[in-house]
Amino acid sequence: MKAPYLIFVVLVSTHINSVLADNTTINSLLQSYAAKGATEVNAEQGQYLWQKTYPANGEFSQRSCASCHTEKLTAPGKHVKTNKPIEPMAPSVNSQRLTDQKKIEKWFKRNCKWTMGRECTAQEKADFLVYLYK
Amino acid sequence: MKNTLAISAVIFTVGFVTIPVVWSDDDDHWEGMEEYKHQSTGVAAVTNTVYREECGSCHMAYSPGLLPANSWMKMMSGLENHFGDNAELDAGTEKSITDLLLANSADRSDYRRARKFSRSIQLNDTPLRISETPYFRHEHDEIPNRMVTGNPEVKSFSHCNACHTRAEQGSFNEHDIRIPGYGRWDD
Repeated sequence: MKAPYLIFVVLVSTHINSVLADNTTINSLLQSYAAKGATEVNAEQGQYLWQKTYPANGEFSQRSCASCHTEKLTAPGKHVKTNKPIEPMAPSVNSQRLTDQKKIEKWFKRNCKWTMGRECTAQEKADFLVYLYK
Repeated sequence: MKNTLAISAVIFTVGFVTIPVVWSDDDDHWEGMEEYKHQSTGVAAVTNTVYREECGSCHMAYSPGLLPANSWMKMMSGLENHFGDNAELDAGTEKSITDLLLANSADRSDYRRARKFSRSIQLNDTPLRISETPYFRHEHDEIPNRMVTGNPEVKSFSHCNACHTRAEQGSFNEHDIRIPGYGRWDD
């Protein structure tokens, strides 16, 4: 059982290294998601999940990442409830983005729970990450 | 002539006595006898960087002096449902923020306005919303809804800094109020 697992990690790593070799934070997170079951990374799937709306009870019955961040990653967003401005998500216009693993995991946890009503899977996080990074 | 003088004296006296009453802020019933280090109309500004980052990302980093310790304890024990949002923290960060809130809470602050918040709250009451404290309600009771909840640029009484331009610096002075779409507010 151990051998196929190792091969799988190597395959994903190869793919990651070819795309994101210049970013150690993202590489390291993607490796950890691979170890938790992410099979491949797909930015288009990340975009689909980002724009998809999820039904919720109570205030804001249709939620999506774009509710606060907008669908344009290079544009600033606004907290849907408090109106507080949110800096753009794209590292190309906001160099602070995706540089701190702890911070990335913190917001995945909070925002997946609010938006989707549950924590994101390792696969979903991997897809979000490459979508945001690209 | 004598009558005119007498009438003038009456008008003068009445004016002198009534004008300050008409223009006073009328919030003295929560004033205590204590002397405070900070007599100003403000509350302590938030300078702690962890607090600003963790609590100020989604909303204004409210001064700990706006709610008493009991309220902050209750708030920090329910961050997974924080007014409908998820605001969970790791255990270490949660502890350090709780400590900061308790040490500077309204009932322990040496800012005069913070103590008014504290004094307005019944002992057995634990409000989670600053805007539901009696002192807050009293201070905002003359403001029409159209300027706040009906105002798309304000939306809610929770957004202090939408109108109190120096709220983030801990100042709630009337001279700093600018209501979007309406301008200055004179009480």
